[in-house]
Amino acid sequence: MPHFAIVAVSILFDGMAYAMFLFITSVGLSVTMGLMGFVNLAHGAFAMAGGFVVVSLTRSYGVGFVPSLIFASVLIGLISARLERRLYRRLYKSTDLEQVLLTIGLAFMAIATATYFYGPIPRSVPLPDWLEGDVNLGFRAFPSYRAFLIAIGVVLIAVLWYAFERTNIGAKIRAAVDNRRMAESVGINVDRLFTLTFAVGSGLAALGGGLAIQLFGLTPSFAVLYLVLFLIVVAVGGLGSLKGTLLAALVIGIIDTGGKYAFPVAGNLFIYAITAIVLLYKPTGFFGRE
Amino acid sequence: MLDARERGANYLVRHHYFRWPEALPWLIAIACFFVFPNRMTFGGQVLIMIMFALSLDLILGYAGIVTLGHAAFFGVGAYTVALASLRLGWSEPISGIVVGGILAGLAGAVVGWFILRYRGLTLLMLTIAFAAMLQESGNLRSDITGGYDGLPGLMFDPLLGTFQYDLYGHTNYWYVLTVLAVIFYFVRRIVYSPFGQALTGIRENVRRMHAIGSPVHRRLVTVYAISAAIAGVAGALFTQTNAYVTLAVFDFDNSAKVLVMLILGGTGRLYGPFLGAAVYMILEDYFSKLSPTFWQLGIGLLLVLAVLFARRGLLGLAEDARGLLTGSERRSFASRRLVWKRDSWSALGSSAFDGAVIGFLAGFAVNLKEADLMTSYVTGMPARAIIFTLGGAAIGAGINAVALLITGRTAVEEPPS
Repeated sequence: MPHFAIVAVSILFDGMAYAMFLFITSVGLSVTMGLMGFVNLAHGAFAMAGGFVVVSLTRSYGVGFVPSLIFASVLIGLISARLERRLYRRLYKSTDLEQVLLTIGLAFMAIATATYFYGPIPRSVPLPDWLEGDVNLGFRAFPSYRAFLIAIGVVLIAVLWYAFERTNIGAKIRAAVDNRRMAESVGINVDRLFTLTFAVGSGLAALGGGLAIQLFGLTPSFAVLYLVLFLIVVAVGGLGSLKGTLLAALVIGIIDTGGKYAFPVAGNLFIYAITAIVLLYKPTGFFGRE
Repeated sequence: MLDARERGANYLVRHHYFRWPEALPWLIAIACFFVFPNRMTFGGQVLIMIMFALSLDLILGYAGIVTLGHAAFFGVGAYTVALASLRLGWSEPISGIVVGGILAGLAGAVVGWFILRYRGLTLLMLTIAFAAMLQESGNLRSDITGGYDGLPGLMFDPLLGTFQYDLYGHTNYWYVLTVLAVIFYFVRRIVYSPFGQALTGIRENVRRMHAIGSPVHRRLVTVYAISAAIAGVAGALFTQTNAYVTLAVFDFDNSAKVLVMLILGGTGRLYGPFLGAAVYMILEDYFSKLSPTFWQLGIGLLLVLAVLFARRGLLGLAEDARGLLTGSERRSFASRRLVWKRDSWSALGSSAFDGAVIGFLAGFAVNLKEADLMTSYVTGMPARAIIFTLGGAAIGAGINAVALLITGRTAVEEPPS
């Protein structure tokens, strides 16, 4: 195979794995912000928390990697539902600034707690045998973990798509994102819907956090370091849009991987440039509502 | 009865004249020099942060622009002075900060012209993106900027040709204080002027401002440029104070920090930045040396409590307290009876449950810290589990009960307004 094609395939593969991580973690944030207009900067903290739960379960209790992921997602989902009901609900009518400040405060508290218990050293997880090594697809061997990540991403996309487009609940969510008041007058209990979507979104974030450990290592500052990235994916994709988040994740994931390969010194410059360009032309993102 | 126009003019004229309590912050600043003569480098940093927070107050508190990228302009000012001194041999301090301020102001005007058409999340992301892009571009050309290692050992000429920089930061303190006073006077004039009132109008009801024909975009860009210039001056002073600058000045952390300082003191008030920056810097200096982790926890907790209970910052609390002690609020507070509603019990139950869960997890965490995890929590140390859980429940319920009695309403109800 010509060298250029090999490089392109590598970039595409790694980029897609990165994009799947971005999508899984950010989709909850997008739907939350689109549905309730609530700026939740603690979303990164949920991802980090999920990651640390996975670390503890696998390292200290010998639970398998995949069961830990599932447990972490469910746990964080439940905790976030409680948090939403007790704390976030008071701020739905507040200004953006207050929501930003409250959730940043929560994120700081989460980071400090994680630092206290886990320390600042990056953590890793022991992976099961079938996730280590490579998967040979004939013309090239691909790292199994990344292939796993892409596979999970595709499955989740299919599940979420089906849930959004073909179920009753999905229809209700879409209705509430489109026009909240109308949805309420038709009898949809938007408050309860929101708690549900918030819990699912945070659970997915926790899943993303757990999956990210192998890619980036896990430190407490994961919560804020990657938060900007999630916000970018959400803003560029459009609030409340599944399609948009996916497209934005793919664009950012692939271009960032390619950019880092071609111009490593530029760092994250490409991501920020894309953000600025997209937002200046389409302020509500790819598929956002005006 | 005066008409609206006359009332507006009267308000401006009344606030325009200096009131004697306004001298207080300046007297305190001067006094600090004599009371803490060997903390003057720190004092200089506090004054610089006050200036930075003041610049943010202009756009956030008065014009209502939410930005998490203001460190960009701070950085422009800082690097202008650094590069002028290092590459161009221009090390005169006063002209340095003037040029730094002007360049930052220009950057603010250009960027603002593009991004101030947007609001909300879009605007927030664009401010973050701009600051981050500046930082990454600086890293790209680290041959010029020194990258994240920075430019150490910068040299500056004596002030006005005579006042040499000393090791204790004394000269520097008076220098920064003077610049702050000049800038503050300027900001004060802006705020208590028709322009300043227009900004408040834009913050409160931008549609109406459009409707009455106010040139909203032009006003916003103007104030953004002015604010950027002031932030640039603060950054320039930062470089001159430290004789060192790195790309870390552009960090998202810095933008967030100055926002927290401003909120702490109170937005939309001229002296909010003074109080907020001073309190924050002092607390940070003390606590982060004690334990950086606890400092971060404390700041997070402070933010959460501030949003829930003290939305208008410390100055807002002070105003509330004053209102409570004087005036009509006092009578209604004193005559308030302690009300216990039936659904208060469910609120208590909810808090008790939360408290119990947190208590249980806390016990688990203590276990973690002690025995490095392997001892089984519930079966191995049942007494501890029970004590932590019940203790947590009691504390949770107790806090909620106190809150209910003070505010006289149930906690699960949404607060009115």
